[in-house]
Amino acid sequence: MSKMSSKPGLRTGPEEKVQDGMLERRHAVKTLLGDTSDILIVTGLAGAKDDVLAAAGDVPNAYTLSGAMGAATAMGLGLALAQPDKRVIVVTGEGELLMNVGTLASVGVLNPPNLSIVCVDNERYGETGWQESHTGRGVDMAKMAEGGCIPNVRTVTKESELKDAGQMLRESNGTSFVLVKVAPTDAPSIHRSRDASWHKGRFREALLGTN
Amino acid sequence: MADAPAWQDQLYDLLRQQNVTQFSYVPDAGHRILINRSIADADVHSVSVTTEEEGVALQAGAHLGGARSVLLMQSSGVGNCVNFFSLIQHGRFPFLTFVSMRGDFGEGNPWQYAMGQATQPVLEASGITCIRVDSPDEVIPAAQAACTMAFQSEQAIAVLLTQKLLGAKAFSTGDA
Repeated sequence: MSKMSSKPGLRTGPEEKVQDGMLERRHAVKTLLGDTSDILIVTGLAGAKDDVLAAAGDVPNAYTLSGAMGAATAMGLGLALAQPDKRVIVVTGEGELLMNVGTLASVGVLNPPNLSIVCVDNERYGETGWQESHTGRGVDMAKMAEGGCIPNVRTVTKESELKDAGQMLRESNGTSFVLVKVAPTDAPSIHRSRDASWHKGRFREALLGTN
Repeated sequence: MADAPAWQDQLYDLLRQQNVTQFSYVPDAGHRILINRSIADADVHSVSVTTEEEGVALQAGAHLGGARSVLLMQSSGVGNCVNFFSLIQHGRFPFLTFVSMRGDFGEGNPWQYAMGQATQPVLEASGITCIRVDSPDEVIPAAQAACTMAFQSEQAIAVLLTQKLLGAKAFSTGDA
């Protein structure tokens, strides 16, 4: 019997607790990112946005999407090409990345050395009712990143792997990609203004000195 | 392939004078000169995207970082971009695309009409101003106006290069 089946498992909600041996998402992302003051961050919508807000606070150097699902990585690419002396880290969920998974190929052939991608994979579409995502049914985003020609790819499932992966995200000479597998818990959401134009001006003011 | 008309090189030169440093594209015969010159130009990033919507997000990211970017696509690609246009409109990002039209003047492939005819209404419904160009002498003035509108006034602009300008692609008819 194959591990994969034609129908997803039925899920009715998040898990109450982080199971033993699994990573809690807020902790995992905070540890991976470390000091965020000197990096530029673009996030996908929903959970990944909240992971970054919990790790970094409501800082101008994090551009957080609340729509345009699938746009985060290409946006990070444009930013990384425009700012070659800054480290750009995209933090997004597996559902967001799957919506435009071809972007991994667009990134891979260019291989910008200052671009890093964190895919926070809880194997669920948490925002819409916790339906099982493709990654809960056998799909491997790290293999997709490798297939997209991204040179530094790592899968993190344990606490002991976070530190090295965080170092790779900051120091790799070539695009890096970290797939971090996390427990499907419902971490409390964090409010931030959803005014994309205001955040654009704030981001540019902090980075460029002018909007 | 026949020599390219002079406006194609002039258009590339204009975009470089405007300090565009990121050219994203899905390969397209109508944009061949622009694409090939961006590949040959060591001073720009030539970004081959797998779907046109990536080029929309790329422009928003470029603007966050203080760079100018254009998206080169065929009218069918406009359909792939629609949800990402919400990022441009809601974020009030500058946006500039050059669209080679299909399914308009003299199109010989019936598959192209649905999206070709929907292209301008879809762009306009998404908050993007369209400038149609039908003749070679209009290209550079239109592109200059579009650059001012996008980069100085931070508007979202699509320059539609029509099949009157580009010529319709020849398709076999099955006739002897």
